[in-house]
Amino acid sequence: MKPVIVKQAQAFLKVLALAVPLLMNTGVSVSASPAEAGAVAHDTAAAVVAETAGEHAGAAAEGAGAGHGDKPGDVIMHHILDSNVFAFEPFGEVELPRIVVGGFDISVTKHVVMLWVVSAILLVIFSLVAARYKNLTNRQAPKGLANAMEALVDFIRLDVAKANIGPGYEKYLPYLLTVFFFVLLCNLLGLVPYGATATGNINVTLTLATFTFFITQVAALKAHGIKGYLAHLTGGTHPALWIIMIPIEFIGLFTKPVALTIRLFANMTAGHIVILSLIFISFILKSYIVAVVMSVPFSIFIYLLELFVAFLQAFIFTMLSALFIGLASAHEGHDGHDSEVAAH
Amino acid sequence: MLTSGVILLSGGLLSPNPGLIFWTAVTFVIVLLILKKLAWGPIISALEEREKGIQSAIDRAHNAKDEAEAILRKNRDVLAKADAEAERIVREGKEFGDKLRAEMTEKAHEEAKKMITAAKEEIEQEKRRALDVLRNEVADLAVMGAEKIIKANLDADMQKKIVDSMIQDLSSKRN
Repeated sequence: MKPVIVKQAQAFLKVLALAVPLLMNTGVSVSASPAEAGAVAHDTAAAVVAETAGEHAGAAAEGAGAGHGDKPGDVIMHHILDSNVFAFEPFGEVELPRIVVGGFDISVTKHVVMLWVVSAILLVIFSLVAARYKNLTNRQAPKGLANAMEALVDFIRLDVAKANIGPGYEKYLPYLLTVFFFVLLCNLLGLVPYGATATGNINVTLTLATFTFFITQVAALKAHGIKGYLAHLTGGTHPALWIIMIPIEFIGLFTKPVALTIRLFANMTAGHIVILSLIFISFILKSYIVAVVMSVPFSIFIYLLELFVAFLQAFIFTMLSALFIGLASAHEGHDGHDSEVAAH
Repeated sequence: MLTSGVILLSGGLLSPNPGLIFWTAVTFVIVLLILKKLAWGPIISALEEREKGIQSAIDRAHNAKDEAEAILRKNRDVLAKADAEAERIVREGKEFGDKLRAEMTEKAHEEAKKMITAAKEEIEQEKRRALDVLRNEVADLAVMGAEKIIKANLDADMQKKIVDSMIQDLSSKRN
């Protein structure tokens, strides 16, 4: 019985540790409200006073962010959008280098840093796992990290790749595995304090979806040949209808990656906007009660939902990529392709 | 809250950023290539190897089971055959024994009969011989007794007369 009570007490303390800073923040806002009201009435100089007051109180990220921006909407956008500054409020911030090559701005932004962090974590984890596998004989079962990763890898391999692509799925496996773990870790790191969701940026998801698009097209070309690929664009209809069918099929090629892009981007962004909005409700209403009754519990709930969504969206992105590749490569011409290969 | 909508529409959220696209592509491709070489190859080959190992183990187990079943069936057959054989042998042995016993008894009976008859014959013979011997003995005894009696009664003159008469007879007959 005793450990259970200790656990419950710990859980309660954890909730308290989450809730107390937020309550203190609302207190700061409330106390700062006269100054802010004055700022609105007089000049922007007073806003600086409010800002310093907010920072002086040692507010958490949200509170400090509220100090910077004028409106909650701006703060939320500031948290979601990419920037050239990696902020570690209240400890300060790191200015990221701006690089312009040949007129193109290829600055290392916050999301680029997150991508690199994700890459570094992935490389470390999987080099460890691979090293474990090299020492593993056929009769040994994997343990710990290797076992955990194996479950995911095997899931992608069998339930995603093999189930959707069918024979010849091994070629696409490295891409699918990489994209799954990459997206998953990007999603998860967005939920870590000071982290940013790189997959909540449409540029990142667009790039990933473009990879899927190219792989899909290459798979289709390989499976059907150029003639079959072009014939597929006509939808197998009468030549008189081609003038309608070809544009439709052509647009259809691009709807899939666009759907992939927007699905992942919107899911990751929406969750963060909801969490921040829920927190800001208590700031806007300047109420402890709203914070305790609504903002904190609901944002915790959405946070947990986001954890689930992080896995779900990584899975869906991979699943749909596999499905598109499978649709592109396995068609009515597939058997002919097989016999062609056999003839070679 | 209106401002957030304005920012979204003005392109803050959806604005293209070539730099980020470039870095995403570069990062992803590098990660893909490194992981492909470093991790996916060994992990997937290990998984496939293990899958094959498990499959072959299952196959082997099935084969072993089939073999064991076949052996069991064979053993049962052999056992049944052996049982039948043993029963047959016992039965035959019993029959043979019975026959042998009957034969032996019969033979023994016959032998005994033979022996009895032989013994009887011998006894008879012995009896006869004994009787013969007894008869001879009795005859000898009688002759001896008679001799004694005759000797005691014999007279030389009388005998001379008898022999003379006999010689006379003989000479008369020759003529």
